[in-house]
Amino acid sequence: MSFFNLKGGFIENLPKIYAMYTGAFLLFFALMAILEQYGVKADTIGILFVAFTIVIYAGIGVLSRTTQLSAYYLAGRQVPPVFNGMATAADWMSGASFVAMAGGVFMSGYPYLAFVVGWTGGYVLVATLMAPYLRKFGCYTVPDFIGTRYGGNFARILAVIVLFVASFTYVTAQIDATGTIAARAFQIPFEVGVWFGLSGILICSMLGGMRAVTWTQVAQYIVLIVAYLLPVFWMSISQGFGLIPQLSYGHAVERIMELEPIIGVGTQLAQEKIAGLSVLSVLHATPKEGAMAAWQFISLAACMMLGTASLPHILMRYFTTPSVRDARASVAWSLGFIFLLYFTAPALATFSKLQLLDPNMATSIIGKPIADVMALEWIQKWSSIGMLAVRDVAGDGILHINGFFIRPDIIVLATPEIAGLPYVISGLVAAGGLAAAMSTADGLLLAIANALSHDLYYKIINPKAETRTRLIVARVLLLVIGAGAAIVASMKLTSILGAVAWAFCFAMSGLFVPLVLGVWWKRANRPGAIAGMAVGLGVGSWYLYMVYNKLMLPWIGLDHLRFGIVGTVASLIAMVAVTWMTKEPDMEIQRMVDEIRIPKGESILSDTH
Amino acid sequence: MTTMDIAEREKHWAKTRRLMIIHLIIWFIFSFGVHAFVGTLNHINFFGWPLGYYFAAQGSLAVFVIQLFMFVKQQDNIDREFGVAED
Repeated sequence: MSFFNLKGGFIENLPKIYAMYTGAFLLFFALMAILEQYGVKADTIGILFVAFTIVIYAGIGVLSRTTQLSAYYLAGRQVPPVFNGMATAADWMSGASFVAMAGGVFMSGYPYLAFVVGWTGGYVLVATLMAPYLRKFGCYTVPDFIGTRYGGNFARILAVIVLFVASFTYVTAQIDATGTIAARAFQIPFEVGVWFGLSGILICSMLGGMRAVTWTQVAQYIVLIVAYLLPVFWMSISQGFGLIPQLSYGHAVERIMELEPIIGVGTQLAQEKIAGLSVLSVLHATPKEGAMAAWQFISLAACMMLGTASLPHILMRYFTTPSVRDARASVAWSLGFIFLLYFTAPALATFSKLQLLDPNMATSIIGKPIADVMALEWIQKWSSIGMLAVRDVAGDGILHINGFFIRPDIIVLATPEIAGLPYVISGLVAAGGLAAAMSTADGLLLAIANALSHDLYYKIINPKAETRTRLIVARVLLLVIGAGAAIVASMKLTSILGAVAWAFCFAMSGLFVPLVLGVWWKRANRPGAIAGMAVGLGVGSWYLYMVYNKLMLPWIGLDHLRFGIVGTVASLIAMVAVTWMTKEPDMEIQRMVDEIRIPKGESILSDTH
Repeated sequence: MTTMDIAEREKHWAKTRRLMIIHLIIWFIFSFGVHAFVGTLNHINFFGWPLGYYFAAQGSLAVFVIQLFMFVKQQDNIDREFGVAED
């Protein structure tokens, strides 16, 4: 009855369906803009934006419901590469990418770009080392690969543990972000917002598993990329920065570098501490001198890259393409779609900063009388909720750089207001942030629940379970884990960005080496893989604990955001050493490795296993 | 696939491995190499950007995207040459 069941028809019509959907979304945006002109209140527009998009995602989730294993776990292996690329991009770009990245570049300058480089370069590893081979393998989950390639329940359980630790850390941050946006849009308490966000996420994934998540993620990608790019283009054109801001912000960078010494960025520091807010004190494009600064950049980028190539919710997206070749192409498309946002973030940060600093611009505030600055609407709005503060540090009634305190996370949300764009843009940005957080949370929850239902329940506890039981177990687990993550998120234990960096480090410590060697080293065996995962996760966690609690000085500048390097090196040494000390895997496993190295032929595991 | 003889498999894998290593060398240069010399590169002005900053904000990213689309094509050519591409 739903057109999603018309398999061939639906897949062939994908471009048309999503083109219509994009048109409808733009129409909705235009409608909201008109309503604003007729005096509809800003709050109402915000609620309509968030509610409209959630209803659409939920609708797609319900239409994609399924009772088949291969649809639930692999979206029926029929997702075309371009669409899988969009789904992966949404799966990948979290609330942190959408909301915090430009703010990070704004406030922390060049060193923060290590995230931008790391979160894109990782896909080169995914494409060359992993995705096509895992697709040929035909596994449902990442532990499914580890468990079958190395054999034995113990290796499988260890992989499930690493997956759980990494993904759960990550998903709490996403539910936190979802709750924050929902709470703001509907004006409900954060604790309620978290549960509200979670129910939206669950409607998208419970009934249809991977299939439902795939088609909602494509829809969410479209919303988030429109919401990110449209304000930047609008601002750039209205402020005279050029038609394509990403290609023309070089001179804005130049101008900022010229202004920095004049207004004292990096020399005039904050004289008081305001919790959560900071003063701009890092140079925009000039890195610190010396080998240590370079190493800090490189080591952070390396963590994000190896983490990307080990995060199960990303790898499992490539299990859903029709062929090995499509899996490869799909990685390239994913990166292309991610690139659109990531190469825009520094442009956004640069223009946003220039608007505030450059005295030649009407929007500038630094060097202006404090009374004038306080009269600005956006300053009043954000300072009333404690996201921004203005202080008269020199006692001369003029706003100096170290008298302007801001929370970096609000840059993306505040920039349209700084540029004087209408409120409808802010509503759009809220919907985009929500799409980014929801789509990542979807993918993560599904990765965890699938690993537990398939690898733990079906493969280890009850191998005789019927399809119906397996799907019920999968859905119940999804509910339980979602609820668990929401409870942890409502405790607000860590900052969003900290939690995200940890998730990457956990994943790379435990999974990177066994995954790569599983394909590229035929000799790699079970004891080696077990040692690699256990030692990697163990050493990584120990190092994080010691450094984070200041029980030990970091080794060569590897702080708690970079503990994955220590874990991965330990994992590599342990896996290679133990593999050499034990005997090589049997002929059957070696033949299996030969088979995954060529695209042609049946996958190792059938689509219902 | 059992019909494919061992020597052919070895050759296909050797070529695949070589392609992987070439792409990882490019990846390594643009992930780490250029950023290690950001101070020096920043002395060069690239349409307004200091070149070192440009690579981190845009240049390296663009290289990754382009190299991946090339990789897809090149690996497919290797697979076709040995008759192991999917139909």
